[in-house]
Amino acid sequence: MTAYIIRRLLLLPLVLFGITLIVFGLFQMLGPDKLLSAYINPNLAEKLSPEEMERFKDKYGLNDPLIVRYGKWISSVLRGDLGWSLVGKEPVASAMAKRIPFTVELALYALVPVVGVGIWLGVAAAVRHNSPVDHFIRIFAIVGWSFPDFVFGLFVLMIFYSVLGWFPPGNMSLWAEEIFKSSAFKHITGLPSIDALLNGQFGVFLDCLRHLVGPILTISWLWWAYLLRITRSSMLEVLRKDYVRTARAKGLDERTVINKHARRNAMIPVTTVAGAMIIGLLSGTVIVEAVFNRTGIGSFVATAATQLDYASVMGGVLFYSTILVLGNLIIDILYAIIDPRIRLT
Amino acid sequence: MEKEYKRMLKKFFRNPSGVLGLALLFFFIFVAIFAPVIAPPQPSNKYEPYMMPIVTWSPDPQPPSKEHPFGVSERRDIFYGVVWGTRTAFRIGLIVTGVSTLIGLFIGSISAYYGGWIDEILMRITDIFLSIPFLIAAIVLTTLLGTGLDKVMIAMIVFGWMGTARLIRGNILQAKEEQYVLAAKAIGVSTPGIIVKHLLPNTIFPVLIQASMRMGSLVITAAILSFLGLGAPQGYSDWGAILNYARNWMLGAHGEALKYWYTIVFPGTAMVLFVLAWNLIGDTLRDIFDPRLRI
Repeated sequence: MTAYIIRRLLLLPLVLFGITLIVFGLFQMLGPDKLLSAYINPNLAEKLSPEEMERFKDKYGLNDPLIVRYGKWISSVLRGDLGWSLVGKEPVASAMAKRIPFTVELALYALVPVVGVGIWLGVAAAVRHNSPVDHFIRIFAIVGWSFPDFVFGLFVLMIFYSVLGWFPPGNMSLWAEEIFKSSAFKHITGLPSIDALLNGQFGVFLDCLRHLVGPILTISWLWWAYLLRITRSSMLEVLRKDYVRTARAKGLDERTVINKHARRNAMIPVTTVAGAMIIGLLSGTVIVEAVFNRTGIGSFVATAATQLDYASVMGGVLFYSTILVLGNLIIDILYAIIDPRIRLT
Repeated sequence: MEKEYKRMLKKFFRNPSGVLGLALLFFFIFVAIFAPVIAPPQPSNKYEPYMMPIVTWSPDPQPPSKEHPFGVSERRDIFYGVVWGTRTAFRIGLIVTGVSTLIGLFIGSISAYYGGWIDEILMRITDIFLSIPFLIAAIVLTTLLGTGLDKVMIAMIVFGWMGTARLIRGNILQAKEEQYVLAAKAIGVSTPGIIVKHLLPNTIFPVLIQASMRMGSLVITAAILSFLGLGAPQGYSDWGAILNYARNWMLGAHGEALKYWYTIVFPGTAMVLFVLAWNLIGDTLRDIFDPRLRI
C-alpha cells in the first residue's frame, strides 16, 4: 500500500504540470493585444500609440514565446509567488487565502445535513422497499437530480429572502463584517464562524450561520438525491445477504438487524460517494456563490476567467487540481481500510 | 440479437418511469419541430427566428396575459423564448453529447486495445483533464474563445469526453480476452475492424446509458453558462438566458418577489422537465441492463 500511495503522490506534480500548461496555453491563444488589456486601463489604452503599446507588451513579457512565459510563471510559483491578481487587486495567494475559508466553511457545514439526511432517507426507502414511502423518496430523488441547482437556488432566494426575509444573500451582514475586519478580531482557525465563537462574538457567529442556510439548502437537494440513491441500492443488496437472514433467524429484533448488521455493510460504497461529495462541495460552489452573492474561491475563479485575469485563474486551477488528486487518493486509502478485501496495487 | 432488443423494449414499456420519460421526450420533440407553428415569428423576425421578439418598451416584467401566456421579461415574450428554447436545448444536448461521446469512444478504445505505453499516456492525459472541475474548465474555455452558444458547446466537448473514455476502456479491457475477439484476431481481421465490428457493439450499451444521463446535465451546464452571461447573446431563445433576466427581479424587489414568479417558473419548469425526461429514460435503461443497480 505504501508503494501505491507514493506512486499516486508522484503523479500529483505531473497532473499539476499538465493542467497548468493546458490552461496557460489556452490563455496564450488570445494573443498579446488581448492579454495586454488585462494589464492596462482601456481608456488609457486608446490614447497609446502603437510604439507605446509594444513597449508595454515587452514590459510584461507578452511578446515572448509560450515556453518562456510558462517557464517564468512556473519558476515564480516554485518560489511561492503566484503573481498579481487583477480581480482581487492584491497578490493571488492572499486573495485566495481570504476567499477559501468561506468556501471551506460552506462545504463543512453542508456536509452534516447532506450526509446525515441522505443516508437516513436511503435506508428508510430500502427498508420499506416498494411501499408508498419508498416511491415517494424515489420521486424526491429523481426530481432533485433533475433540478438545476441554480434554478433551485433562485427559488430558495425568492422564498426565504424576498418573501420571508429570513436568510439574506452574501457572506455576512455589514455590521458583522465591520467586527470581522477590525483589528481586535483575532483570526485563529481561519474559518469565520468558528473564529467568531473563539472571539466571543456570538452575534457574528449567528449572522454567519444565517447566511449559510440558503446555500446549504440549495446544495442539499442534489446531493441528497445522489447519496440516497447509492445508499438505497447498496442497502437493498445487503438486505438480501445470507448473514442478514441469519441475524433474523436467530431472533434479533428488526432494529438491530438493520442498524448493526445491514447498514454498516451497506456504508462501504457510500463512503466513496461521501468522499467524492466533499471534493465536489469544495470545487463545485461556483453556482451557489454566484446565486447567493458570496465571495468564495468559486466565484473568484469565475470572475477572474471572465476578466481574463490569468494569474488568478491559474492559482484557482492549482488549488482545485490539488484538492481533486489528494482527495481521490484519500478516498482510495479509506476504502481499503474500511473494506480489507480491497487491495491497492 | 434481435430477440434481445425486443425483450428490452418490452421491459422498457413495462416500466412506468421509462414510459413517462419517453412521453416527456416526445412532447419536447413535438414542441421543437412545430415551434414555428406554436409560436410563429413576427414577419420582421423571419430571418432570425431564434431571437425573442421585443413586445413592449416598459422595462418591468408583465404578468401572463392573453397575448403573452407566460408573461413578459426584459421586454421579451417568455412563451416564445421557452418554445424556441426547446430547439436550443436539443441542439446543445445532441451535439455536445454526440461529439464528446465519439471522442471518448475513440480514445478509450485505442487505449484499451493497444495497452502498454499508449494506454499509460492516454490515461494520464485523461487524468489531467479530469483534474479541473468541469464547470470551471467550461467557464475558462468559453471566456477565452469569446462568449456565445457555439463557444459554450466547444468548451463542453473539450472537457466532456473523459467519462466515456474511462468507461469504454474498462469494458473493452474485460471483453478483449473473450473467445470471439481472439477468433477474429486469428482469422486476420484488422485492428480497426476488431474494435468497430466486434468490441464496440458488445461494450457500447453502458456508454449509451451514460450518454442519455449526460444529456440532461449538459443542458444544465449550458444554462449555467448562459446564466453567468457567457452563453447565448441578449434576446436569444435559451432557457438559461431567460432565467438570467429573472435574477435581477429576485434580488431587487424586496417583499414583492412573488409578483414576478412567472419569470422563473415557466423557463425553470421547462428545463426541469427536459432534464427529468432524459434521466428517467437513462434510469430505466440502466435498470434493464443491470438489475443489480436497480433503484
